[in-house]
Order: sequence, then structure tokens, then C-alpha cells
Amino acid sequence: MHVIESGNVAAANGVKLARAHVVAAYPITPQTPLTEKLSEFVDAGEMDAEYIPVESEHSALSVCIAASSAGSRPFTATSANGLLYMSEQLHWAAGARLPIVMCVVNRGIGAPWTVWNDQQDAFSQRDAGWVQLFACDHQQIIDTVIQAYAIAETVSIPVMVCYDGYILSHTYMPFEIPDSDTVDGFLPAFSPEYALNPAKPCNLNTVTLPDIRPDVRGDTAPGYMEIRHNLHTDMREALNVIKTVDEKFYSIFGRGGHCFIEPYNCEDAEYIAVCIGSLSYQLRDVVDALRQDRIKIGVCGLRVYRPFPDEAIRETFKSAKGIIVLEKALSYGYEGALYADIKAALYDCDNRPFIHNYILGLGGREIKTQQLLDALRQSCTIDIPVPQWIGLKM
Amino acid sequence: MREDIIQIRWHGRGGQGAITAAKIVASAAFSSGFAGVVMTPTFGTERRGAPVLTSLKISKHKINDLSPITEPDMVVVFDHLLLKEVDVTNGLKEGGIIMINSPRPAADYSYKGMNVFTSDINSVASSVGLPPGIINTGVIGLFAKATGLLDLEPLLQAINIEFEGRNPEKNIEAARLAYENTMIGESR
Repeated sequence: MHVIESGNVAAANGVKLARAHVVAAYPITPQTPLTEKLSEFVDAGEMDAEYIPVESEHSALSVCIAASSAGSRPFTATSANGLLYMSEQLHWAAGARLPIVMCVVNRGIGAPWTVWNDQQDAFSQRDAGWVQLFACDHQQIIDTVIQAYAIAETVSIPVMVCYDGYILSHTYMPFEIPDSDTVDGFLPAFSPEYALNPAKPCNLNTVTLPDIRPDVRGDTAPGYMEIRHNLHTDMREALNVIKTVDEKFYSIFGRGGHCFIEPYNCEDAEYIAVCIGSLSYQLRDVVDALRQDRIKIGVCGLRVYRPFPDEAIRETFKSAKGIIVLEKALSYGYEGALYADIKAALYDCDNRPFIHNYILGLGGREIKTQQLLDALRQSCTIDIPVPQWIGLKM
Repeated sequence: MREDIIQIRWHGRGGQGAITAAKIVASAAFSSGFAGVVMTPTFGTERRGAPVLTSLKISKHKINDLSPITEPDMVVVFDHLLLKEVDVTNGLKEGGIIMINSPRPAADYSYKGMNVFTSDINSVASSVGLPPGIINTGVIGLFAKATGLLDLEPLLQAINIEFEGRNPEKNIEAARLAYENTMIGESR
């Protein structure tokens, strides 16, 4: 069934179809309508879930951690400072290997206060040990939320589904809500390997000494460092799982097929623009215009930020002359974090393309199509220092 | 940049239901074969009664640029008093359409090179028994008549769906009456 609704409503429908058992969230703009919609679903009996209104984001994720430890399928969502308030529990959820799914409705971080879009919030939590997926439109939001549970529960790693605040969260566009039975076939009920059980008390995630040691049964238990190593290797393995889940989703729903990088006009491209989120679709019109001027350019939207799809990046970019990375986030004192990651991934290529970096759209600064056109044309023509800023009024 | 996109800017006041009206038009456009419809409310620090605006883009193809409209083909004005507060014609293309909820005839308004349409929607809404201030469905009737972009029938169906359980009949009647009462100004 096709509907015309906001991105937040798309996300809420994904959570409903995924049959989340527990929803715990604290409202924050621009995430609020998502959790409001979920509370409506629960109130109307359309969703068989416990909605737990909490007093903070830290508590929201704590409730999800408890619910997931007990073997249920939890959901939460937040934005910006709310995500940062969760930060301690983000690391905990990943370390405890709990398959929680959370929507991050990307918004700039205060101070100074802003409610508008950029991606600094999600980028700042890059190293918390969560899988970070990004959606470019409403169809991808609902589809990715459903896939996120399949990925999380396969690798026992929590997953963030990120989408641009306002630009997607509050914009209305058509999308298809898949049939509930078909989603049930794709995403069976969660059956955890182990879960908290009052009949079998145990300690979870207690103090772990620097070195390995025998556990209560006398078996050698991993130390802190082995646990971290396992998280890393499983995170790398998550790349394969993301691909498998995408292939399965494609075979059932006929959507997807580009789980790491979504290319547009890249087959013969000498120059490729790269970014994350809805901007990659806006750039398609820009690329079309530049193609009319015989500039061989394409655009790629990165769908996964962690684990970093470095192989897919090398494969897609290896024969390009130039890569142009556009980011709504910045690693202060250096450059765009995505730019640095892409540069590192291409270090071993035989033909290293030049790489430019543009910072734009911070705190909701409007991104005009003409500005993008000028920036990309510039990057295809001359060498420039990095990072450049688009739309800066100084 | 893309010429296949029809751009409609909606000027209302916080609480007047401009977003709902634009959403209803978006739904009707989609069901009428426009695969690309994007409605982007412009958010700031809006309050009830303060001027707000919403962008609606319609195309036969998927729309990639979600940024607010700067050069509309048509503008919808929910309250003629807004004309004193907001430059509703800002960026309006030559030959563009201006639709105004106003008790005055369209001929009273003079916008060079533009086509003006008015309908007295406050009176229409009151005559069908809608509570004061519920004018957004009447505006849809004005829109249908002025633009000819969509048939009235899919718009009325979209109103019926959107207002399910909340007086859909009166809202449909308001849209139909406003459609019939729309006055056309001369192109100047």
C-alpha cells in the first residue's frame, strides 16, 4: 500500500511491522512525531508492545538494554543532544552485544541550540560500536528499519538507522508500506541465544580483568581485550550480513540491491561525488546538469558508515580521476571524518584519485542546488585546498 | 534546474491547516499519476496565527531536491490579510498563478503578469456549517478550479480519506462550493 506521509511516520511503520515489543523514548525535535506515532499505534492496539515513557534519553536506552537482555525486541529513537545524553549507554549496548535498533533523526548539536539538520550527532558516535545505516528517502527509512532488526539479531550488535532531520523526517513523500505477513516471513520472531531468566540467575557484564581467567564453570573466559577484539571482528563480519540481508530483502520486496553504496551515473564517471543521506539524491539533479556540459560525473550515496564498506569504496572509486566528498559534519581541527575515512580506504589503490572535501548544511543551512553545481564544477576543474565550505557567509 | 516539476507554495497562518491541505493535494496528485510528490513544510519558530509556508512539488518523475521552493509556478494564500505581511509573489514565475482566500473579487487585485483567482472561503466554510477557521478544504476547491492541474474528484476523495471521522462531508462540500465560487481575474 502506498501512502504519502512524513519520514517519521515511515520509520514508525517500519517499527510496527518489525513487531518491536518495547518502545522507550524521550521526545526531542525532530524525532518527536516518530515516537508520538508509535504511542498512537500502541494505544490503538495496532502494535502489541509496551510503550515506556521515560524521563531522559539515558533512561530510554537503559530500558532498551534491559528489554533486550530479557530477550525482547526493543526500539528507541532520538536526535542530537538526546543521542549524546545516551552516549554512555550506547557503548554499553554495543559491549553487551544487544541487538537494539534505534532511529537517529539527524540534527545539529548545541551549543548553540539548533533544531535543524546536520549529521554531526551520528558521526560523533561513530566509534561506539554500533552499526550505522543511513537512509536517503522514506522508502529507505521504512525498509532499513525492518532490515536493521535482521542485521542486529544476526550479529548481536545494535544498529542505528539515521535519516536527515526535517529534510526527511518532516517532509511528505510517497512510499510503500509492505504487507505485514510478508515482513513476518522476512523477519521471524526474535529467539535470543540466551536471555535473562529468573529461574537461572546469572551475572552479565561484570568487572572484567585485564587478562583472561577461568569463569565460574572453570572454562577460560575472554578478558576485556578479547571481548573488544570479538566486537571488531563481528563488526567486520556485519558487512557480509548487511549484504545477505539486503539480498534477501530484494528477493522478497524487489527493493534494495545497493546496501553499501548507491551509485548514480557512475559507470563511466571520471569524477564521483560522495555523501551520506538525502543530499545524495539532491546531487543526482546536479550530476544530470553537469553531464549536459559533457562532464563525466556521477554521485554515490553511502548507506553504511560503520562498519566502513572500504572494499566497496575501492571497487567503486578505483578508476575515477577525482572524488568529491560532501559532509554535514566535521572533525574540528582536521577535516571531514568521512573524507578522512575515504582517503584512507583509497591509500592502497594503484591509481589514487584526487579527493576534495566540502563541508555544508551545518545546523540546517540551506543547500542550494546551484551551490552544489558550482562546487562540483570547480572540483572537476581545479585543485583546491580542503576542506572547502559551501554556503558559508563570512 | 529540472523543468518537469510544478512548484506550489502555500502561505497560511499557524493553525490554518496549510500543511494538511498541501498533503491532500499531494495525495490526489499521486493517485492521478504524478509519481513524484514532495511536500516540505518550512519550519522555524512558528506560532499559531503567525505566517507559515509549505512547499509542494509535483512531477511525473521522482523528485530528488527536497529544498524549499524559491521560484514557484503558483502560490496559494490562505488569508488575504497575509498579503500585507508577506511578499507572497517573491520568486513567482512570469505568468504564475496566485490563489487568494478573499471576500474581494479577483479583479480587485493587480499583480503584473500574473493570474489571480479568489474565492470567499470563510463564507463558504461557514455556509456548510464548518467551525470558524476551518478553511483548508475550501482552499483545495479554489486550487482545483484555478490550476486545472487535478480533477476535483480525486481531490474530494483525498479529503474524504484525510478527514475520516472528522466531518468529511462538510469539508467536501466546502471544497465543492469554493470550486464553484472561484472568481477569475484578468491576466495583466
